[in-house]
Amino acid sequence: MERMYETSDLEAWDEKIREKVEAFGLTCYDQEFEICDHTQMLGAMAYHGMPAHYPHWSYGKSFERQSTLYNHGAAGLPYEMVINASPSLAYLMSQNSLCLQILTIAHVYAHNDFFRNNVTFKYTKAGSVIPSFKARADRVRDYMEDPSIGINKVEPVLDAAHALSMQCSRNPAIRKLTQEEQRARALAAAQPPADEYRKIHKRPEYVEPDLSRVPLEPDEDILLFIRDHQPRLTDWERDLLTIVHEEAQYFIPQMETKIMNEGWATYWHREIMNSLDLPQDIYLEFLVRHNQVVQPIAGDINPYHVGLKVWDDIKRRYDNPTNEEIERDGKPEMTGHEMMFALRETDRDSSFLRRFLTEDLCGELGLFEFQSQEGSLVVTETVDEGDWKTIRETLLRSVGTGSLPVIKVEDADFEHSGTLLLSHVHDGRNLHPGYAEHSLAHVYRLWGRPVALKTQQDGEDVFWYYDDEGFRDAA
Amino acid sequence: MSAVFRPYSASDALRSDRSAGDRLRHRQKIREALKENIAEIVAEEAILTRGSDRIVKVPIRGIKEYRFVFGEGSPRVASSGDGEVQKGQVIGQDQQDGQPGNGPGPGGDRPGVDYYETDVTIDELVDLLFEDLQLPDMERKRLREIEVDHGTKRLGYRRSGIRVHLDKKRTLKSKIRRKVATGPREVRTEVAGEASARLKDQTGGAASEEQRFPFHKEDLRYRRRVPDVRPESNAVVVCIMDTSGSMDVMKKYLARSFFFLLYQFVRTRYQTTELVFVAHHTQAREVGEEEFFSKGESGGTIISSGYRKALEIIQDRYHPSLWNIYAFHCSDGENFSSDNTEAFNAAKELCDVCNLFGYGEIKSDAEYFGATSMRKIFERLDAENFHAVVIDDREDVWPSLKAVLSKERTDPQQETAD
Repeated sequence: MERMYETSDLEAWDEKIREKVEAFGLTCYDQEFEICDHTQMLGAMAYHGMPAHYPHWSYGKSFERQSTLYNHGAAGLPYEMVINASPSLAYLMSQNSLCLQILTIAHVYAHNDFFRNNVTFKYTKAGSVIPSFKARADRVRDYMEDPSIGINKVEPVLDAAHALSMQCSRNPAIRKLTQEEQRARALAAAQPPADEYRKIHKRPEYVEPDLSRVPLEPDEDILLFIRDHQPRLTDWERDLLTIVHEEAQYFIPQMETKIMNEGWATYWHREIMNSLDLPQDIYLEFLVRHNQVVQPIAGDINPYHVGLKVWDDIKRRYDNPTNEEIERDGKPEMTGHEMMFALRETDRDSSFLRRFLTEDLCGELGLFEFQSQEGSLVVTETVDEGDWKTIRETLLRSVGTGSLPVIKVEDADFEHSGTLLLSHVHDGRNLHPGYAEHSLAHVYRLWGRPVALKTQQDGEDVFWYYDDEGFRDAA
Repeated sequence: MSAVFRPYSASDALRSDRSAGDRLRHRQKIREALKENIAEIVAEEAILTRGSDRIVKVPIRGIKEYRFVFGEGSPRVASSGDGEVQKGQVIGQDQQDGQPGNGPGPGGDRPGVDYYETDVTIDELVDLLFEDLQLPDMERKRLREIEVDHGTKRLGYRRSGIRVHLDKKRTLKSKIRRKVATGPREVRTEVAGEASARLKDQTGGAASEEQRFPFHKEDLRYRRRVPDVRPESNAVVVCIMDTSGSMDVMKKYLARSFFFLLYQFVRTRYQTTELVFVAHHTQAREVGEEEFFSKGESGGTIISSGYRKALEIIQDRYHPSLWNIYAFHCSDGENFSSDNTEAFNAAKELCDVCNLFGYGEIKSDAEYFGATSMRKIFERLDAENFHAVVIDDREDVWPSLKAVLSKERTDPQQETAD
């Protein structure tokens, strides 16, 4: 039996939820809820929830894909969508039942708290997110409408910039050195190491560092590097590269904390719902919905499921540790909730899972490693038969931005030919050659001169080259 | 911390189709990509089942968003859900191994399929196909036009007519013209009329000073309507196919692709297009489409039987004085040698009644040598509307058809004798 409800009902429930949120100690930005139908939700999803966003065909594609999946019943829509901004903005589906709305509101507040407190989000300037997205959208639209530029010129630049948007420094907390600091570091590195016995040792030969090299240290921010070092780019092209880079920077924290963030929100919506003294029908529906959300997805990682399990385990370990754990780790110095609040500030998925995904948890979650072998997906490691640490390492490498290769600019004038030399930091995973070829074409389009990429394929060094004659494997 | 609820309003929802522009742009991109891959697409099995408003899924390339991603070999982690897994167990097939998969690849960090599937109707596809060819309208049989009544259409103006056809604008114009013609003084008032009249109104001046200049009967203009009769012609595509034992499934498939495209092309040029299927081995029969393409037969080949049957059907039902006839014959080129002369003569007769008569020889590489080839014999046939092509492979289908049609294009003035 569906309960009918009005916006005023939601406001009443929201009041109660907010009391609980404050009682639990969550600290949130102000929250705005927008009730929308499925078309609006699809539209919001296509533009990452942003009320204003610059136009690009890829968002149309994403909309069509989502709506096709939805219309064919292959995929449902999320009950909510919340964006990291101050005030935070959340979309609620108007078709949701009252129970779902209450659950979702609670869930949204926990996300909001996470956005506000987690260190990875510190650099996203939450207060000005919506206006700055709007300003970027306006700039792009201006270029598209400018008769001397037009959409046909803007689009290829955006295409290319999108291809490279994730090739940037992933952790804004690690400050990028300025040119001067890099010089100083290069000079310092060239100095011979301090040697107590220098009187009796042969004096090491001083090799002067090559300070004319651009960049001095390999640079991860490919878009920014091209923006700053490609003299033939026009101002609007530079601006487009900046725009795409800034957007990617905004979204990276969300990728980096997906499992933590969803686990955190799921943990708190459960706590809040349990403390709310819900009418029985709503409570029963809540149990059903909650279990659907944390259902493991066969053959994949469900961040709600994994995240919640890890948070629950942390709570248990700090509140009721087993004797074994006390023997091994000592008596916990914090309560479970204290520890959880501390972690939600300091950690990201990779550190979080590295510290708290234990062997028992791996077993409980039924994690396994698999690999594509000759067209089939074959299980290569399980907790029972293999090494759970291998599985954890594989998982750590694939969470957040770890799922994307690290590629750095090595040299802007390789072999004095103006060639841009990129190098892939190979960590055992090969680049997809076809994708690399097309991506290099995008780099070439922006750089305007030949580009080269150093990487490995199955242990062999390879050297891919792209110039006006197209792609070439010059190993 | 505070919260605001913005309730749902349906009118907002109607206005909120913000992705419309980007979707349109995406569709345009798909269209471009379709055009680039059209030769491959038209050889796809799926589109050969006719039905112009039918939607088919065609794989296209070049609409992916590329970025640097890891390749297939890299290990991944998943949770097993409820089921237990063991080392070495196969948990599924790798969908992304270059096979055209279902739907577009994920936009995320996994490489997707190199194909993107899209829905198009056959009509859209055919438009795309013939859009760039810029083929002129086909030569139509001059004396064989059928007049089709399309109701009435507008044609010019006249001074008398019924009230509903009165053209106010032109009537007014002719009044002004007459007024100008009557004298220079009045012109001034008229030209400055609008503005000064308004000024006078405002200042309370005497607007009525202006002289009255009424409509006269000779000012009236009426739209003229005439019956709209358009000459039109109908076309028939006669598909003749060798169904002897040597025509295997692949050859039939190639033939089918060819007939399909020919039919689609003819259809874009004529109001009504009919299809006739003639299957032959040593004897010829008229068959239905289903049977034509699916049923295999065995035995030898007498090509002339097929041609004779086609001629018979044309005489009976599609008289050349009323129909534009396109005949096409697909065969593997093997014929009883005793029949060659007869086949040649029949082909000549067909050329006489048809706008275009094509012969497609479907060969696999191994068969090039040794076997008798009808093509050799047809080389002597010098009718201008005859065209022979060789089809080896799927990729040949579209170029061959273009070759046949360009024959039509280069001889636009050809007249076929009766």
